[in-house]
Amino acid sequence: MKPAPTHSYPGLNLGRRHASAHKATEVVTFGFWVFLMSDLVYFGLMFGVYITMIDAQAGGPGPRELFDLYSIFAQTLILLTSSLTVGLAMLALKYNLPRGRIVLWFGVTLLLGLSFLVLEIRDFMSMAEKGGIPQRSGFLSAFYGLVPLHGLHVAAGCVWLVVLGIQLRVMGMTDLVISRVVRLALFWHFLDLIWIGIITIVYFGGLTYG
Amino acid sequence: MDKRSEMHRRERRRYVIGYGGSLLLTLTVFAIAYWFGIETKGVYLAIGLLGLAQLIVQLVYFLHIDRRRSSREDLDLVLFSTLVLLIIILGTVWILGNLAMRMHMPGM
Amino acid sequence: MTSAESGFFGRLNWDAFPIAGLIQDPNTNEIVANAAAGVVIVGVAAVLGLLTWFRLWGPLWRDWLTSADHKKIGIMYIVFAIVMLARGVLEGVVMRAQQAAGPGEGFLEAEHFAELFSTHGTIMIFFVAVPFVFGLANFLVPLMIGARDVAFPVMNQISLGLTVSAGMMLMVSLVVGEFSTGGWTAYPPYTGAAFNPGVGPDYWIWAIVVSGIGTTLTGINFAVTIYKLRAPGMKFMRLPMYCWTIICSSILIVFAMPPLGVAALLLAADRYLDFHFFTNDLGGNMMNYANLFWLFGHPEVYLLVLPAYGIYSEVFATFSAKRLYGYNSLVIATMSIAVLSFTVWLHHFFTMGQSALINAVFGIATMLIAIPTGVKVYDWMATLYRGRIRFSVPMLYGLAFLMLFVIGGLSGVILANPTVDYQVHNTLFLVAHFHNVLLPGVLFGLLAGYNYWFPKAFGFRLDEAWGRTSVVLWTVGFMLTFLPLYFVGLMGMPRRSYSWEDPSFHPYMITAVIGALVILAALLSVVVQLWVSIRNREQSRVPVGDPWDARTLEWSIPAPPPPYNFAIIPHVTDRDDFAAAKERGEAYPHPDQYEDITMPRNTGLGFVLCVLSGVWMFALVWWIWWLAALMTVMMILSFILWTFQTDTEEVISAEDVRRQHEAWLDLVRNATPVNRDHEGAPENTGLARPDLEAAT
Repeated sequence: MKPAPTHSYPGLNLGRRHASAHKATEVVTFGFWVFLMSDLVYFGLMFGVYITMIDAQAGGPGPRELFDLYSIFAQTLILLTSSLTVGLAMLALKYNLPRGRIVLWFGVTLLLGLSFLVLEIRDFMSMAEKGGIPQRSGFLSAFYGLVPLHGLHVAAGCVWLVVLGIQLRVMGMTDLVISRVVRLALFWHFLDLIWIGIITIVYFGGLTYG
Repeated sequence: MDKRSEMHRRERRRYVIGYGGSLLLTLTVFAIAYWFGIETKGVYLAIGLLGLAQLIVQLVYFLHIDRRRSSREDLDLVLFSTLVLLIIILGTVWILGNLAMRMHMPGM
Repeated sequence: MTSAESGFFGRLNWDAFPIAGLIQDPNTNEIVANAAAGVVIVGVAAVLGLLTWFRLWGPLWRDWLTSADHKKIGIMYIVFAIVMLARGVLEGVVMRAQQAAGPGEGFLEAEHFAELFSTHGTIMIFFVAVPFVFGLANFLVPLMIGARDVAFPVMNQISLGLTVSAGMMLMVSLVVGEFSTGGWTAYPPYTGAAFNPGVGPDYWIWAIVVSGIGTTLTGINFAVTIYKLRAPGMKFMRLPMYCWTIICSSILIVFAMPPLGVAALLLAADRYLDFHFFTNDLGGNMMNYANLFWLFGHPEVYLLVLPAYGIYSEVFATFSAKRLYGYNSLVIATMSIAVLSFTVWLHHFFTMGQSALINAVFGIATMLIAIPTGVKVYDWMATLYRGRIRFSVPMLYGLAFLMLFVIGGLSGVILANPTVDYQVHNTLFLVAHFHNVLLPGVLFGLLAGYNYWFPKAFGFRLDEAWGRTSVVLWTVGFMLTFLPLYFVGLMGMPRRSYSWEDPSFHPYMITAVIGALVILAALLSVVVQLWVSIRNREQSRVPVGDPWDARTLEWSIPAPPPPYNFAIIPHVTDRDDFAAAKERGEAYPHPDQYEDITMPRNTGLGFVLCVLSGVWMFALVWWIWWLAALMTVMMILSFILWTFQTDTEEVISAEDVRRQHEAWLDLVRNATPVNRDHEGAPENTGLARPDLEAAT
């Protein structure tokens, strides 16, 4: 039996110090990676729908009236930073730093995730005030089909963070919990990738072509 | 300094580099939008390319997907997914764009 | 009534039950509808009654519903698929009867007929073909690659639960409310809220969304299982052909189910929340739906037919007593089909109005698929060539497939030409074409697989005579029903018409209904075959496990296999490893030592999610918002609670494994090997005499 390769799944690998967790993690993380690719197609299609409906404003408000780039800028920085902090949580786990450090980085990530959601919801509310509701036009339907879908993923990630935080306390650093942290980090990085697509295509694309 | 904390430092640096790179690219994108406006297609092309660059930076530094380190299945999967995505999105835009043009729809 | 102002039971009231229609206005149409509802109610009551009478609730719960064993999950999938197949076939017969009644005649109302073709299509694709294909895959893949279970056993259980609860929604729609009249493709704006405010399209949407999630999870599961859980030495190019087709089909699922989910959920957003994705007004574009739906729809037919190709590959090799011809080319052909299937979706809407260039591109891409498919047909024929062919039931299905499928494939190439498609699209020509590929392609393959692997699953062979009868009935029934449709299609008869006027269609319609009755007889013959086989099982037991002198790993273990599949995980050295071992005289090795085996423990999660998701769908269809919200929370909570469980595995001790395995090895030693002339005789206990030449 050859030794497990150090890199056998996407994301930060646990390495030999966590040999048993590493092996168990390999299969399930690969499965999760496949799931993310399926999810990626989901987002990709919503991007496609958005692109085809960018002009379908039906006389309603368009990107120029609705999008607030300052808020988008803040959301981008927040999400990017949370991607770093979730990575730092993973590192703390990998190098057996005290559990407090992991929980700290988890907490920071959660806080960033929640503030991202608050800003996003505030954006939707101010859009609605200007008449930018999904019932208004095909373009707005496509917008609200895509951006809140990403927000929903972030919200699910936040729930996951809380559940894992509890499991770290209740169940301790078992292989199972460690492998879940690996996947959560992967999920969180993935959401940041999608967000890059959203700012590029939905916001800037909308402003250029809408 | 033992080997372990050396590795820790190196891996932490990797994340920080990824973060710094992404931050820089993000700032550039928003600076371009701020200074040049977002009306012209040339500017949008630049923004699109910078977005692509940031995707790659994050894939390499956060998700550790590259030719050297990742196991082959992961990279294959990403490439195949990209192929399918390109077929799906470009096909959709081509078909429906063409249709909208021929039907004189206000939608495209 | 709008969705916001619905009461405690949403929009559910007494008028939703078909009996109300019968009381108000008794006619044939209402009688048929009530009979269908009655069959569902009596069927459920009978099953519940029998379970109680024979005190089977305990065993059902312990051995089946909570089991995470891939073999049992596979069997449950297939049972579900066959139940749904019965409904789908009956609907087909009723539709054929309606159309055969003569010009302007018939006993059904247009709405009812539309419900019939919508449920028929939805059921046959999503609740017969998919569960049957993945039921077989569930049973077989771990056995073929030398694994103890799939990669994610509990997720597998959840997949089954979601598929079944979605299928149940179609049954519920017979009793409460009505189903969609929009066909299995449910094109808006016809299925949008403006034209179709009733519950029908909502039943379709949620059944599709939930079963789609289940299928996606299955796809992930099998892709990972084959990628990561192969036995040592099982390189990719040593995989049985069937596993190759399953991995390609799983990858197709992973990438092709999302478009369906997107299409259905956006339609739901239009219907429930007044969005404007596909509406006629405010910038909606219904062609977006057609595009999304067929982005899924085309890969879908290949993810169904590829596993059938895999089954035929195994069947042809075994019953020709030869190694599969052109393995490498078959692998490449399979992968080519998988990739090409993503590039042809537009041929489902050539007539939408896009430019000739786009039609030409997609027409050519469609024709290209015929090349790898042709390669496969030649490989199968070359496998038969100079083989020692046995005309067993699976082989007969295979031969019927080879001949009929080529006709269906060629009519597909004809349709791939946009200019021809403009003439025959939306006629019965198209209906004839896809039934011609789906019946001989997918269904015959599944039935061949069912006959072939049944002894592995249950330890006794199926009755050969009744098997042959059903091959003949299926083949004749298929030809009588669907070949005439090519002609009426060319004569211009539109599909999905509940009534027609041109008298020259009549003879064809009469022929088709006779064929449909033969198909019904074929379905009955499958049931009779099962009944007779169970009654005579003592004469057809094959405990040693290799009744067909077969080639792949699953035949090297007992029939039925133990829960852990392999007492010792095999080391694979060859493509048809078991056949090679038999040739070398090294089959059935005696292991030096045994190890403890860890297996997943039973869990109720899949069943819980099945029930909760069923109630959730019902609540959404009937606008019972509080119930839908409650079910959403309960589904999330039950999943989260499950993640807190740590005691999810149990250990089977090495001593138990040794005892069971050595008892079986004794059985092998004492069994009399039989040659192929006695394959169907009672003395075939599953030990093959490897010397084929000597046998002749």
